[in-house]
Amino acid sequence: MFNVGDILETITMIQDENLDVRTITMGISLLDCCHSDIDVTCAKIYDKITRYAKNLVKTGENIEREFGIPIIHKRISVTPIAMILASCDNKDAVKIAVTLEKAANACGVNFIGGFSALVQKGFAHGDRELIEAIPEALSVTEHVCSSVNIGSTKTGINMDAVKLMGRQVLEASRLTADRDCIGAAKLVVFCNAPEDNPFMAGAFHGAGEPDCVINVGVSGPGVVRAALAKSEGLDLTGIADLIKRTAFKITRMGQLVASEASKRLGVPFGIVDLSLAPTPAIGDSVAHILEEMGLESCGTHGTTAALALLNDAVKKGGVMASSHVGGLSGAFIPVTEDAGMIDAARNGNLKIEKLEAMTAVCSVGLDMIVVPGDIAPETISAIIADEAAIGMVNSKTTAVRLIPAIGKKVGDELEFGGLLGSGPVMPINYSSSKKFINRGGRIPAPMQSLKN
Amino acid sequence: MRAVITVIGKDMVGILAAVATKCADCGVNVQEVTQSVLDDMFAMIMLVDISSINVGFAEFADMLEKLGSERNLMIKAMHEDIFNAMHTV
Repeated sequence: MFNVGDILETITMIQDENLDVRTITMGISLLDCCHSDIDVTCAKIYDKITRYAKNLVKTGENIEREFGIPIIHKRISVTPIAMILASCDNKDAVKIAVTLEKAANACGVNFIGGFSALVQKGFAHGDRELIEAIPEALSVTEHVCSSVNIGSTKTGINMDAVKLMGRQVLEASRLTADRDCIGAAKLVVFCNAPEDNPFMAGAFHGAGEPDCVINVGVSGPGVVRAALAKSEGLDLTGIADLIKRTAFKITRMGQLVASEASKRLGVPFGIVDLSLAPTPAIGDSVAHILEEMGLESCGTHGTTAALALLNDAVKKGGVMASSHVGGLSGAFIPVTEDAGMIDAARNGNLKIEKLEAMTAVCSVGLDMIVVPGDIAPETISAIIADEAAIGMVNSKTTAVRLIPAIGKKVGDELEFGGLLGSGPVMPINYSSSKKFINRGGRIPAPMQSLKN
Repeated sequence: MRAVITVIGKDMVGILAAVATKCADCGVNVQEVTQSVLDDMFAMIMLVDISSINVGFAEFADMLEKLGSERNLMIKAMHEDIFNAMHTV
């Protein structure tokens, strides 16, 4: 028989503390859709995605109802489209983006990721064309997400790609300026991008993945915060233990959903991504966990240490709860998607420089940060380069998702709605990085020994 | 296959009977019941066997939820696996 306390704990977590499975993401390889005629390629892509994912949403909803666990998103990730585009004579990448959009609508998923290129060492056929097409592709579609990997610990940083991406982020914002610059919110620039990430906007289906796979991303900042709130008087060792125990429970739920979805869809289970993914809902904030630990406001001195503890404890607790762990796995700090971060950014306690330091110890990077619309493309590139350097040197994934708020300045706000939230324009450093960025070339891969 | 039904809300006459009747109608066998009343809050947990359920489980869960909302109670039916997964190593 069950322990009554355990049952009520689960119910409270779901009912009051926003416990949910953030996403079931089906990864689909499109490598067999390559064809020299782009129209044939598009037809094959549409056919394969709709065939594989036709039951994804329905299966997700059934699991949701039977187990009583909310599953917020059902998504699809595909092979980086640049690799498919390489086979086409006509390299009109927007055509493929529109096809992905149609397929996403047909399947009823919330997002489709993989309008991507991996250029950490250089550009292959199709890479440049895809990157050039990103702003337009994101403005004419609603559900397509794009990512570009510009660096890795093993290859160094491709600064030509970094330069290009600064321009493309700004352009993606410009083309969607009438829609709160939503284009840039669907574009991530990575260093050390994981190939099995179920979270958007950075999800894509890596070349080493099987034909089709189910990856699940869990969530649950509210549950961790609530557990900490009941733990008055614990020292940090106790806090770390408590977070581990909570992360274990959250992840076990994710593992159950993942194996159930994999069984029902007849698709192999890939990984569970152990992430604390916040939402703008009150009580579902990573910043509030840090504040619960004893910081007056997220962003103040001590934030990096608190986040390092949190991130590590989430991984330690989660790793035993799942048979395969992967993706980004850690705490996310997307500013506009986190009620506590939004407040801290509004009252000036949280600045880009502090966020950059925080990204050295947590998963991902400078995420969903609204910057002034008059930012120079080279400054965006320089922010990308800084963030990539942190990832490259520390052998971890880092990413940049900046939203230049066209026509707005510090203090104004952008409102995306839904899980993407809203946020104030944050101040940036206006000293020029132009000459540095215009040099181009590659930053060599770092030493992995003599660590200091 | 088993499921857990939880009923939480203000105590009133006939809660157990209403839920048990719905279970019987749907071919769901009640195996164990634990209930407690704290102040005037009522919490009941039922462990039920759903192997000969005559409707879809999701549909059954919806019916109970509706039954609950009519009486201002929260009634949830969830597959037992979720509790096994979260609370046992």
